[in-house]
Amino acid sequence: VLVSVICSPPQNYPLYIRSVPTENELKFHYTVHTSLDVVDEKISAMGKALVDQRELYLGLLYPTEDYKVYGYVTNSKVKFVMVVDSSNTALRDNEIRSMFRKLHNSYTDIMCNPFYNPGDRIQSRAFDNMVNSMMMQVC
Amino acid sequence: MEQGPAGGPAAAAAAAAGTGGLLLPLSESEQQRYSELFSRCCPPPEAAAGGSSVGELFRASQLPPDTLHQITEVCGAKRVGYFGPAQFYIALKLIAAAQSGFPVRIESIKNELPLPRFMALKNDSEVRYGTPAELHGVKFQVPHASLEKNSYKRTDEGDKQEPKSPPMSPVCSPPASPSTYQRIPLSYGYGKSRSGLEQQHGAPYEIRHSTHQQEGPSSGNYGAKPALACSTLNRSLSAEREQQDSSTHYSDDPWRITEEQRDYYINQFRSLQPDLNSFISGSVAKNFFTKSKLPIPELSHIWELSDVDCDGALTLPEFCAAFHLVVARKNGYQLPETLPETLLPEYLQAASLKPMRDCTLFDSYSESLPGGQQTRDFSRTEKAPAEEVPDNSALIKDAKKDDKQALKVSTALKTIPKEFQHLTVKTAAQESNALKARPRSRSYSSTSIEDAMKKGEEPPTPPPRPQKSHSRASSLDLNKIFQQNTQAVRSGWLPPPPPALPPRPSVSQEVVLAQPPSKPARRKLRTEAQGLETPELSPTINVTSSLPAVKPHLPVQKQSSKQKRAIQTAIRKNKEANAVLARLNSELQQQLKEVHKERIALETQLEQLRPVTVL
Repeated sequence: VLVSVICSPPQNYPLYIRSVPTENELKFHYTVHTSLDVVDEKISAMGKALVDQRELYLGLLYPTEDYKVYGYVTNSKVKFVMVVDSSNTALRDNEIRSMFRKLHNSYTDIMCNPFYNPGDRIQSRAFDNMVNSMMMQVC
Repeated sequence: MEQGPAGGPAAAAAAAAGTGGLLLPLSESEQQRYSELFSRCCPPPEAAAGGSSVGELFRASQLPPDTLHQITEVCGAKRVGYFGPAQFYIALKLIAAAQSGFPVRIESIKNELPLPRFMALKNDSEVRYGTPAELHGVKFQVPHASLEKNSYKRTDEGDKQEPKSPPMSPVCSPPASPSTYQRIPLSYGYGKSRSGLEQQHGAPYEIRHSTHQQEGPSSGNYGAKPALACSTLNRSLSAEREQQDSSTHYSDDPWRITEEQRDYYINQFRSLQPDLNSFISGSVAKNFFTKSKLPIPELSHIWELSDVDCDGALTLPEFCAAFHLVVARKNGYQLPETLPETLLPEYLQAASLKPMRDCTLFDSYSESLPGGQQTRDFSRTEKAPAEEVPDNSALIKDAKKDDKQALKVSTALKTIPKEFQHLTVKTAAQESNALKARPRSRSYSSTSIEDAMKKGEEPPTPPPRPQKSHSRASSLDLNKIFQQNTQAVRSGWLPPPPPALPPRPSVSQEVVLAQPPSKPARRKLRTEAQGLETPELSPTINVTSSLPAVKPHLPVQKQSSKQKRAIQTAIRKNKEANAVLARLNSELQQQLKEVHKERIALETQLEQLRPVTVL
């Protein structure tokens, strides 16, 4: 189970949400939304360092399932949130970091597209492919 | 194939209704013939005849296009926007009238008329042969020949020999609505590849049309695509043309850029950015492609596909690829998920320097571009080519030179000796074309060799280069670096006669030259790339330093052979340099991204320090 979300400032509305598998998406949306508060808290707490690759670790959100929520924020305050199933113990911190890095790179590529207005939903096929492949790798 | 159209008599009545009360009596044979033709053009269950097949049919009637236009107007298809049964029947009647010599009027079809003749339309029940195909075919093709230029004429010769059966150009391209926007670029390629196309797709269509694959002339070529609902007749007529065009793409490969198209794109590039080695910034490109009226998500996707280095700007090959994708999309092709191989910048670069005899139609494109999707008349198409032919011949030489200037490819070096004889000297003028290449352009340019070549020819005229070198990277001692390059190349490269490649030169030079301020970080890239290049050129210095002195006096032929050898060595070296530079490029891009991040970080810090709420 893996969900990745990209939220943009200032209102933190999601630009892109993708989850694998696709059921229970609403739950993930909610999870992401609540985690955004934690992200903001961390950002404002940080003084100089603005890039934080792993921010959030929730031990237990629901009694039945464990989720780990990872956050990542770019220099322009774009937040990436990833929700992973805790049962997926094979997923290490480094892998999460590399996934975030890939996300960030792809996001940068999207920004380079003059037809993309920052703040739009991300509809790039290349981006989708990248995210899909990334998620498939994990699950 | 031919279904007995249930609405034969009904259609006649419909014809009456459709023309607002005009009673159109159809004899038995007429009814039968018309309904058969209608069903041919309009496979049920659609209600309206497909524009392409209708156009093909009309074309097969061998009437001049003006007459056909008139007919379509009179029959009401233009008004209602499609060929319904009524309009179709009326049109057929009018065709019969026209073929009998009557004027195209409603009145004339009230009489008894023979059945309209459609040349070489073979169907199972009847075969009618009109006047010899060549006559009309030739006539019809002439205007197009001028449009299609050499390639078209070549295939045309072969075509005329055969009976013009309705081409089936069958393109399996998706039935999207083609537009008039891109007619010019497409028409270029279509003559060349028609034959291949027809053979490829002859089989499926043979069943339908029971004809043999032939390269019909342009008149017949508007392939019988599956019926498409066309909104206007004009568009349908023009659509046929574009379907044909796109079909020719398809035969080669819809994603392959033909020479004419390439020229076309290059000229468009030039209109946006005079320096063919530089790039078009994102906003400029955005405005340009937005004019194509494609939806933004599609344009966004096209951009993603074509901007392979993801830097927010388009180099010439990237631009050609993007433009080609736009053209293809306009003509109904679905955009691929990944960039086709033939559109990759490397591929395009390699292919780009082929001899380009055909100029593009600057005028026609510029007029169609602002117009966006206009319905286009045949007459306009035909006039346009006629006008452009004289322009082209005059411009060919210039275009060749300019194009050479633009497209630097190491493989192109082989063609250089040929060009030497052809090109006239354009020294200062072309130098000043300021080939400002991005650092990454080095990967495809033959950089130093040509650079030096140009520098070699320079002795007679003072190179304007010095003024350019200060445009941007004033912090770099570019001149010194270029001098090194010049030296290196001079020695390794027998000086071509003055008429040699003028523009090419400054590739590496320009690389260092001023970049648009929006890419400041490239400065770093360039210097490093420059540094890389110099060591590689130095090995060539050891040849002979006395060559420069002898330069202007060597005969061309001797130089050609030596040049070839030198070219090959240069190619090898360039390839090595390319690999290194590509690696360097990627690293530097990474650095660029990091630098941007830092910049953003600094900016956000700044904002935080201000007494304004951050989030």
